[in-house]
Parts: sequence; C-alpha cells; structure tokens
Amino acid sequence: MNNASPSGLYVHVPFCKGKCRYCDFFSVTGNELVEPWLHAVCREASLFAEEWGEMDSLYLGGGTPSVLSDEQLAYLLDRLRLQFRFSADTETTIEMNPDDVDTPRMRRLRRMGFNRVSLGVQSFREVELAWLGRRHDGGRARSAIEAVRSAGFDNLALDLMYGLPGQTRGAWEQNLRLALQFRPEHLSCYMLTVEEGTPLGRIHALGRFQPLGEEEVSDLFLFTSRFLEEEGYLHYEVSNFARGAQRISRHNGKYWSHIPCLGLGPSAHSYRAKVRWWNVRSVGEYCRKIASGERPTAGSEELDREQLKLEAVYLGLRTGGGIPLALLENQPHSLGALDRLVREGFLRRDGDRILPTRRGYLVSDRLPLELLP
Amino acid sequence: MSQGLTVLQRMKRNPMGPIRNFSIIAHIDHGKSTLADRLIQWAGLVPEREFRDQILDTMDIERERGITIKSQTISIPYTSRSGGKYELNLIDTPGHVDFSYEVSRALASCEGVLLLVDASQGVQAQTLANLYAAMEQDLTIIPVINKIDLPSADVEGVKEQIETELGLESETAVLCSAKEGIGIQDVLEAIVERVPPPSGHPEEPLAALIFDAQYDSFRGTVVSCRVFDGRVGPGDVIRFMSNGATYRVEEVGVFRLSREPRAALSAGEVGYIISGVKTVSDTRVGDTITLDTRPAPAPLPGFKEVKPVVFSSIYPVSSDEYLGLAESLEKYKLNDAALVYQKDSSVALGQGFRCGFLGLLHLEIVQERLEREYDQAIVMTFPSVEYRFTLKDDSTVTVDNPQYFPDPVDIKATFEPFIKASIIIPERYMGAVMKLAIDRRGSNPRFNYPSPGRVEIVFDMPLAEVIFDFYDRLKTVTQGYGSFDYDLIDYRESDLVKLDILVNGEKVDALSLIVHKDRAREWAVQVCERLKEEIPRHQFKIAIQGAIGGKIIARSTISAFRKDVTAKCYGGDITRKRKLLEKQKKGKKRMKMVGSVSIPQSAFVAVLKTDHE
Ligand SMILES: Nc1nc2c(ncn2[C@@H]2O[C@H](COP(=O)(O)OP(=O)(O)OP(=O)(O)O)[C@@H](O)[C@H]2O)c(=O)[nH]1
Ligand code: SF4
Ligand SMILES: [Mg+2]
Repeated sequence: MNNASPSGLYVHVPFCKGKCRYCDFFSVTGNELVEPWLHAVCREASLFAEEWGEMDSLYLGGGTPSVLSDEQLAYLLDRLRLQFRFSADTETTIEMNPDDVDTPRMRRLRRMGFNRVSLGVQSFREVELAWLGRRHDGGRARSAIEAVRSAGFDNLALDLMYGLPGQTRGAWEQNLRLALQFRPEHLSCYMLTVEEGTPLGRIHALGRFQPLGEEEVSDLFLFTSRFLEEEGYLHYEVSNFARGAQRISRHNGKYWSHIPCLGLGPSAHSYRAKVRWWNVRSVGEYCRKIASGERPTAGSEELDREQLKLEAVYLGLRTGGGIPLALLENQPHSLGALDRLVREGFLRRDGDRILPTRRGYLVSDRLPLELLP
Repeated sequence: MSQGLTVLQRMKRNPMGPIRNFSIIAHIDHGKSTLADRLIQWAGLVPEREFRDQILDTMDIERERGITIKSQTISIPYTSRSGGKYELNLIDTPGHVDFSYEVSRALASCEGVLLLVDASQGVQAQTLANLYAAMEQDLTIIPVINKIDLPSADVEGVKEQIETELGLESETAVLCSAKEGIGIQDVLEAIVERVPPPSGHPEEPLAALIFDAQYDSFRGTVVSCRVFDGRVGPGDVIRFMSNGATYRVEEVGVFRLSREPRAALSAGEVGYIISGVKTVSDTRVGDTITLDTRPAPAPLPGFKEVKPVVFSSIYPVSSDEYLGLAESLEKYKLNDAALVYQKDSSVALGQGFRCGFLGLLHLEIVQERLEREYDQAIVMTFPSVEYRFTLKDDSTVTVDNPQYFPDPVDIKATFEPFIKASIIIPERYMGAVMKLAIDRRGSNPRFNYPSPGRVEIVFDMPLAEVIFDFYDRLKTVTQGYGSFDYDLIDYRESDLVKLDILVNGEKVDALSLIVHKDRAREWAVQVCERLKEEIPRHQFKIAIQGAIGGKIIARSTISAFRKDVTAKCYGGDITRKRKLLEKQKKGKKRMKMVGSVSIPQSAFVAVLKTDHE
C-alpha cells in the first residue's frame, strides 16, 4: 500500500571515537576501517541502485557520522546521488556529536546539501554527561548548537536523555529549558534504557546503581509531554517532538508506516514490500562480502498478514496519528478491549481512527497485546 | 484371587526354564534404578560411552527430578556362574507412594522381587508397603541391602530390621553397592537360583495380562503384557476380553532399551503387542488379551481398582481446546492407569475434567506430562479430599469439588476424612514435629520407641492437612530424617466452610476451596498473597479478596503498572520488538481471562504451593 510513497535511504556509519556507556548501537572505535567501509558502502549502493525508485529522505546515522572527514562525506553524498534518484525536497539528515561541530564545518556540510542536523546532546549537565560516558561537556553542547544555527541550518534536532538515576524533575526541566533556548525544530527525549551487554548493563547487573523508579520515570515522561506541548511542540511519537507537523522527521516516519527504506552499511536494516532484511554486524565481514560481490545480508524475514498487522498496530499506536479503526477488523475481542482502553484513558477515538493518549504512549508496548486476539 | 497360587501350581509342571520375571522394589531413593543400571551393564546391552545413570528413567521429568515415575520393563540376557543361559525380565518400579499403583501392576507379571533396603536409611515406609504387596501376590522375595559403600552404612542394623520389621531371614539378604558395582553378580545369581521360572503352557489358549500401555502416534496403542498361557505373534487375531474388540496383531516383541520385535511371545514372557488399535478406549490396563479363534475360558484377575485420595479439576487454558484435552487425557490414561477422571465444568474456566490422583506428586506429574507430552496448556484447581455432608433432611452427600459445597443453610453436619499419621524421627526433632502436627490439626498423639534414639509419633489428623506439602514440611523440620506414613481411619465431624476467591469483585469458582473454619483466614491470606505475586500487573488496579459467604476475610491489591514502553524504535528495533510481542501474545493465550484480568496458568498452580513460616 505504501509502495507508491518515495522511499528513504539510511546509511550506517559504524564508527565512534569512544563508546558511550549506555549505547548498544553497532559501532567500532578506531578509524582504520573508515576508508574500506566508505568504498564498500558506495559499492553496496550500486548493488541496489536499479531496484529502488525515487527517494525523498537520506539519513546518515550511526555510530557517529561526524567522524567522517568533510571530503569523505562529500564523496559519499556524491556517490549516493549518482546511484539514487532523490526528489528536490529530500530531507537530508546527518547525526553529529557536539565535539565534531564548528561553524565553518557546518557551513560546508550545508553546502554539500545536508538540510537537517541531529545533535546528540543528551544533557547539558556535566555529571549526567560524565555518567553516560559522553565525550563532550555542557558548554560544548551549547556552542555546537550555536554553530549549527549560525551556519544557517533551520532544521535542528536535539537528542536528550532522561530518567537517569537520581534525576529530579527540576534537573530535567532545566535541561529541557536550556534546549528550548535554541528553539530546536525537533526534540527526541529518550528515557534511559539500560541494555544488556553495555557497560551500563553490566554495572547494573552488579547492582552498582539504582535506576530511577517506574513512578518517577513515568512522571518525567508525562511532564515532558505536557511541558513541550505547552511550548508549542507536537508530541508525535513516544520519544519525539516536532515544532509543527512539517518538522516531523520524514525519514523516521517511514519506519513506522512500512514505507520502503533501504539501509546501507553494517547492521543496517531495510524494508520493502513485506520483506525486512539486515546486514552483518561487523565492519570487516561487511567489507569482505561487498568486495567479493556478495550482498552483506545477515538475515531477512517476510512478514505475513498477522505480523504486518501486529507491527502496524504497535508502531501506529506509538505515533500521534494512531491507527485506523479498520485495522481491528470488527473483532469482538478487539472492540471490547478498545472500549475499555478508551474508558481507562489510554486511547481515544477520533472518527475512524484510534489515537493513543499521553498515558497510552506510556503503555504502548502493551496496547497491541490488549487489542489483538 | 491370588495370581501367585496358580503360578506356583503351574511351576510344578515346568520346574526349570530360562526365564525369570522380577521387579525391583524399595522405598524411594534406595537405589532401584541404579541397581537396574548395573544389571543392564552386566548384560552389556548398551555401549559404555552411551550409558547414562538411571538409564531406565527415560522421561524428562524423571531425569529432572531424579525419581522414577513409571515402571520400566527390560529383558536382559544373563549367563550364570554355572554356565546356564537366562532371559531376565526386569521391572524397575517407582518408590514414591504416589506411584504405588505402578508397583502393584508390575508385581502381577513377576514371580519374584528384589526388595532393596538402603544400608544407611534402613527399612522405611514404602519398604514395608511394597513388601506386603509382593507377599500378597506370593512372590519370592530376595532382600538386598544396597549402598553398603556408604560410610554411614549399618549392615548389621539393617539385617536386624529385616528380621524384626520385615520378618524375613537376614541370612538370605544379598549385599551390594549399586553405585560402586559391588555384589552385582551375587544379585544376578540370587535371581536365577531363587526366583521360580514362570509356569504356564504355550499350547493352552492365549491369556495375556495388560499391565501397561502407551499411545504411539504412528502405531496406535502399544500394549505391555505378561503372557501367562499360550502364544501370540503377528497375524493372530486377538480379542480384548472386557469388551470383545478384536484386532489383527502387527508386531510383538520384548523390551530392550527400545522395542525389539520377535516372532512370538509365549507363556511366561513379558513383552509388547502392537495391533493397530486406534480406538484408544478399547485398551484397558488390567484386561486380558486372548485369541479370537481360541479364547481363554476366563479372563485373568485384573488389578485392584485405584482409590484416588486427592481430587482436582483440569481445564484447557483456552476453552476451544476442550476436545483436544479430552483426547489427550484418554491417551495419557493408557500410560497412567492410576488416573481417574470424569467431566466437569466451571463458570470461570468452562468445560474440563474432575480428576482423582493418588497424591499431590501424582497430580503434579499428570499436569506436567500433559503439558510436555501432549502440548496441552491446562489449568488445575486446588486439590481437595472427599468430604461428606449430612443435610437437614438427613440425606448425605459426598463432595470432592468445592463447587458442589451444599448451601450452608441446608447443612446439618460436615465430615472430613481422618488418617492415622505415623511419623518416625530421631528424638531430637520431637518438638518441631509436634508443633507441625498440631498446626495441621493433629490430635491424640501416641508415642512408640522402635529403637533407641528414635521415636514414632502417631497422630489422628485430617487427610486434607497432609495431601498438601505436609511431607515437604516434615522433611524440612527434621532435616530429612523424618519418615511419614498414613492410613485412612474414618470420617469425623469437622467445621468446614467454603472459601471463595474474588478477583476484582468476580468470584473465580475454580479457586474456591473447602477448609476448616479455624484455618480459613490463614488460607485466604495465603492465596491472596500468592495470586498477588503471580498475576502480572495490569493497567488498572486489581483487588483480590478471600471471602466466606459474603464476608471478606482477606485481601490483597495488585497496583497498576504505569509504564511499559520502548524508548527507541527504529529500523532494527522493530523486528526485535515484534518478536517479543509475538511471544507475549502466545503467553497471553495461556492466560485465563476473568473479567478483564488475565490470570496466568501459573497462578492456579502457585496457589497450590504453600510456604508456611
Ligand atoms: N553411595 C551409594 N549411592 C547409591 C547407591 N545406589 C544408588 N545410589 C544413589 O542414590 C540415589 C537414588 O538412586 P536411584 O537409583 O535413583 O533410586 P531409586 O530407588 O530408583 O529411586 P526412585 O525411583 O525415585 O524410587 C542416587 O543419587 C544414586 O546415585 C549405592 O549403592 N551407593
Ligand atoms: S551513543 Fe552514539 S556516539 Fe555514543 S557510542 Fe553510541 S553510537 Fe557512538
Ligand atoms: Mg528409580
């Protein structure tokens, strides 16, 4: 159904200067493999070029795309543009770490054609940044934002993190206010998730810190939503806020509505026509496979009707747009559960759509289980 | 009735033969399966590197729990010291009292038993019970003192017990260590020398006793039988004497570690018959198989009927699986003759079955095997004993299911079964055991001193108080030194009430239980707490209440959860999350909906577990 919409292109840049303690994204430190990776990605792009039609979003994520030099970035963009057809208004995002940002550089990036910058700020507070294992400090975060702005970017996205151990509502509010000074067009506010296998996960398993309680995190979530909506932001996805509908991340929206997206680079996921596939999680293996002319796919799955529906309900109810009532197919079980969830204030009906409420967002992992038989 | 007598008579006709049929019987853990291992190894039936301990405990549950649940038959060849060649049919039996029906059926196909006694534990409750069962069948009894390798082994003491408590001659006892492989040949020699060979004539009409059966999805029912007379082989048309059903035999054979086909089974042999029996209900353990063309004049005496002591209902987790459960139970019953059941139904759980068990462990095993072997998701209700009520119109009713608890206004008197509980312990645990027994409404204690330092305390006690975890508690308070045995004595008047459990105001009939009035509150609190641990939090608050009549006597609350959300959900997170949801959805199918509360199957089970103190 969504095959008519222009697709999205994601490039995974799997390099970081160091690993943050909470992070479970796939990335490696050290830059020996950057050049081989760059050429591999460009070749991978050529493997797919013919099969994919018009694109209207390009997202460089990671890892840390900003560890690439300007020349490497320019080369990458050129090659991608050669291979794929991008519409004139393509949303072209680059994720950057504050310590890689200065005004002249941002100007160059803008000239290359990036029109959206996503800055991994996480926090403006030193203690929090240190605890998270980030490499910048609060001052650096602020000057990075200023640099992005003064280079003329009018689509700035900031990533913030909350729900840290011991974090008070006041401390979090202060972070939010600092961010708002710059009127970012987009804010992602993520509750801290302690992932197994990360350094944070390991010390958590050892009982070395007490995560913030469920009540407190829930309160922070609701507070964030209310606070940012009062400030004119649209809470359009569980963790995402946009200053107006046109600032919603076009690229990320594709993941949530089964619009085709091609992912290049190690560990990148792609989706098209009910099929999802993903690349190997190793830079070396990725490069080797590409070099031998193979697709670097590690696995794939074809979604059946049930699975598509489950994902549609799950992903849809994580977004402000919700899901069409028709998705529940008049199943008595589903309609009964729907009535109850509406009564209890987790969902609301709007014409023929079902929308999550703020409290609904907070239990969105549960909603499909309640609604689907 | 005695099968043994006829065997003895027939033996005179055919004194020597190569076959010996015997069971290994003992109290739990005295080493039956380990001894069976050594006998099997002696015969060289299994290559050394494929051997594993307690090789006859083939079921996963047996291996996990380290106990035998099913009797297992295996034929092993043996060449005696004097060069005679024998075929030994060994049946390893379970020691736990809940599986005593397995033992009694095994005995019906034997001429002798090895009665094992653990050299450090000595004679225990099931040693005696199993000895009596063997004596009742007139079987040759060979006492075997096992575990003589243990530092705590007291061979002399055990010999004395064999004389005084078992009434057997202690010189006849064979000493061995099954674990260390000591004395194994002595055991084998004793079998061929002392156990009489089976009698019976291959030329007489076929009479084969079904002592066990199993459903095989490829081959239909596989019957385990002991042929007393006649001969049976592929192509014969056999008849089940109880119902006249006839089938053509496809295969017969003996049990090695797996089934081993033979040309025929003859009088005296133990083996299996496969005859494409598809109607599961045609096969009844205890029935006699004969030949259609030349039937035996009368069926062999079957088995004593099982008398269940514990009752509980089984429901499918989702009601549309009722028929599947019915079919599974029928097949399961083939392999567990001790289970009895009939239809039942509940408001909360729909259609199901009321089942009778020989004890709580039996109940647990039935549940687990139905789930594992038949992939049935089931819910079981609180176990109950059989209560009696005299109503105001002087009629009496028997109730083993709280659902049928009479209206209290009609009740004149309530009665519950009492037992004589005998507990043998080292004296130092007397205080702890007295307390436990009194907590469980034990009364009228009597004391015996069977040997210095040991005391036997006999109590009158309601059966309902021991079907449940009593033995576990006893083991805990006596650090494993307590042994426990009981006999039903009579029904006594008792102040019984029905305790109802309400979840968010809705009565869950399947959670109701009949309890003594004085213990009602304690139970109510416990069940409420248990459910609180087991029912997952919902988006709303859940109240759990225990009530008698309309009166609430205990409550607990499950707070609502506020947050269940994944922070990041981009490209790769989606598949991972969907898979989790799929798994949770499956899990939810295993939950029972009561109103809008999903109660996991585990909750029904968990209320069955107690942890007093
Ligand atoms: N030391 C020692 N341990 C033994 C001996 N025989 C058995 N055991 C141990 O006793 C335990 C129980 O042995 P099993 O053979 O499973 O006992 P069982 O009588 O078959 O038990 P159930 O079938 O549950 O009644 C195991 O841990 C054995 O290793 C022996 O001769 N010496
Ligand atoms: S959070 Fe970002 S910068 Fe930190 S290790 Fe992960 S990918 Fe790299
Ligand atoms: Mg055993």
